[in-house]
Amino acid sequence: MTRTASTAAPPDPVTKDGPPPGRRPRHSAAPSGRSWRQQPLRRLTPWLFLVAPLTLLITFTYVPVGNMLFYSLTDWDGISPDRNFVGTENYTELLTRPEIFRVFGVSLYYLAASVVQIAVALYFATVLSFDLRFRNLFKGILFFPYLINGVAIGFVFLYFFQDGGTLDSVLSWFGVSTDHAWLGSPDSANTSLAGVSVWRFTGLNFVLFLGAIQSIPGELYEAAQLDGASRWKQFKHIIAPSIRPVLSLSVILAISGSLSVFEIPYIMTGGATGTSTFVIQTVKFAFQFNKTGLASACAVVLLAIILVITWIQRRLVPDEKVDLV
Amino acid sequence: MTLTAPARTPSRRRPGIATTLTYLSLAVASLVVLLPLAVVFLTSLKSYGEIQDGRGALALPDDWLNFSNYATAFHDGHLLTAFGNTAFILLFSITGTVIIGSMTAYAIDRFDFRFKKLVMAGFLVATLVPGVTTQVATFQVVNGFGLFDTRWAPILLYMGTDIVSIYIFLQFVRGIPTSLDEAARLDGANAFTIYRKIIFPLLKPAIATVVIIKGITTYNDFYIPFLYMPSEELGTMSTALFRFKGPFGAHWENISAGAVLVIVPTLVVFLFLQRYIYNGFAQGATK
Repeated sequence: MTRTASTAAPPDPVTKDGPPPGRRPRHSAAPSGRSWRQQPLRRLTPWLFLVAPLTLLITFTYVPVGNMLFYSLTDWDGISPDRNFVGTENYTELLTRPEIFRVFGVSLYYLAASVVQIAVALYFATVLSFDLRFRNLFKGILFFPYLINGVAIGFVFLYFFQDGGTLDSVLSWFGVSTDHAWLGSPDSANTSLAGVSVWRFTGLNFVLFLGAIQSIPGELYEAAQLDGASRWKQFKHIIAPSIRPVLSLSVILAISGSLSVFEIPYIMTGGATGTSTFVIQTVKFAFQFNKTGLASACAVVLLAIILVITWIQRRLVPDEKVDLV
Repeated sequence: MTLTAPARTPSRRRPGIATTLTYLSLAVASLVVLLPLAVVFLTSLKSYGEIQDGRGALALPDDWLNFSNYATAFHDGHLLTAFGNTAFILLFSITGTVIIGSMTAYAIDRFDFRFKKLVMAGFLVATLVPGVTTQVATFQVVNGFGLFDTRWAPILLYMGTDIVSIYIFLQFVRGIPTSLDEAARLDGANAFTIYRKIIFPLLKPAIATVVIIKGITTYNDFYIPFLYMPSEELGTMSTALFRFKGPFGAHWENISAGAVLVIVPTLVVFLFLQRYIYNGFAQGATK
């Protein structure tokens, strides 16, 4: 770092434009002498700041991506020193074994859940953007789940869905007594887990929407009220347009999120009873069955899908600036 | 969802039906959020016998001061070790993220250099790569450095893959007038001094944001410590709690106590830093 000591000398406007004639004698020697010595160092300065970040970025993002592409073309087991190049065999296996792709069906539950999540978040953001009693309290309560540790959430909801757990007890208040094993069948288990995901992530969407709504200048509402616009009209003509960028961002996050669900099902069911997702399956291939090659192919496929979705979003919503707070 | 939609602006004296419904919906939502948590709290105060007696999950505990489950969870669940490990990882990864993020932002914003576009694109594209998918190969890199099953694996990964904080810093650096740099440069300050004495102190709000977001996400992360630190003595809050699943089996009173112990620090931080947290996560998610 000390090498930069002499590099940030003032820029020499003098050498650039040629010194004004009057001052020439005093300045002519120094700047030119300095510039040839300092030019390389000056050019080096930004790189000195970037050395550590770039090293980390390359080592832990780009090298893995590169390796992953390579592994996906081999039959490596992750441990043994030898690996054979097998071409596109892993990809063929992926595409021809329907049970591997079937797990994407589970993502549909989470996709449906994110629709609910966005709708609920939008509703509460709208409601709480108006002046209400206990507004901050409600805001805090709605957002808090997003901050909770995923493992803790997993356990909270394992107990919630347990036989005679929270849900059954609440239902019995209403006179509904069920023996339904909520996590017992694939359909019910996936719905329950998707419900947990709504519980957990609604808060983030809510705060994003609320931020966007509150950045709308208050005069707009006043003007609208003077013109006699109802709350619904205010929502439609003032709120809705101004949250479009955040909404589109939420949709993208929702789609890529539902494709790469991992934590909740892994913690709660370990992927049993048909709740396995694509990521859980990939992790199992890689670290349980030592099929690094196949797992890499899975990861490449998922990465490609997510990149395509992001690309589509960029095309659909070109450069809309999302700016909050 | 649109129950309240056609509502008129409520008159001040008599709350209309729409206002009532609005409050009702808020109350229901709060109940949905709080009930699962409250029940786990209740369970954590019960004895094993109380849970088994069939009075249901919502029954109140007999003894509100029964903290024995917490002692068990704390002691047998190795939560103290976990807390130490988490604190260690938090300290290093947050410090690293702040330094690396602010340096990157400074270099990118205040200098013109060759390949600047390429560097920026490099960081930008990396945001699109979901970390979960690449772990298959990242694992081999970490393993290659001999960092597997050490606390340095998560520290380096948290530092190296945090592009969001670079963006937060970048925004702030842009807001600092360059005239300040120039004035300092005329006084003979070099680039590093400018970064350390001028830019870094002015980044305080951004640093607060990054520390909070990074702190909470690191504290909550499960995947990376689970994958890279399988040893029991290297448990973090997440993984130590996850290991409750085996030995405590159906002992929900202990598991609940563990879950409460993991949630409480988050709650405390949230109560004290609410404003920063909302802003921080809003910024973090949209970058």
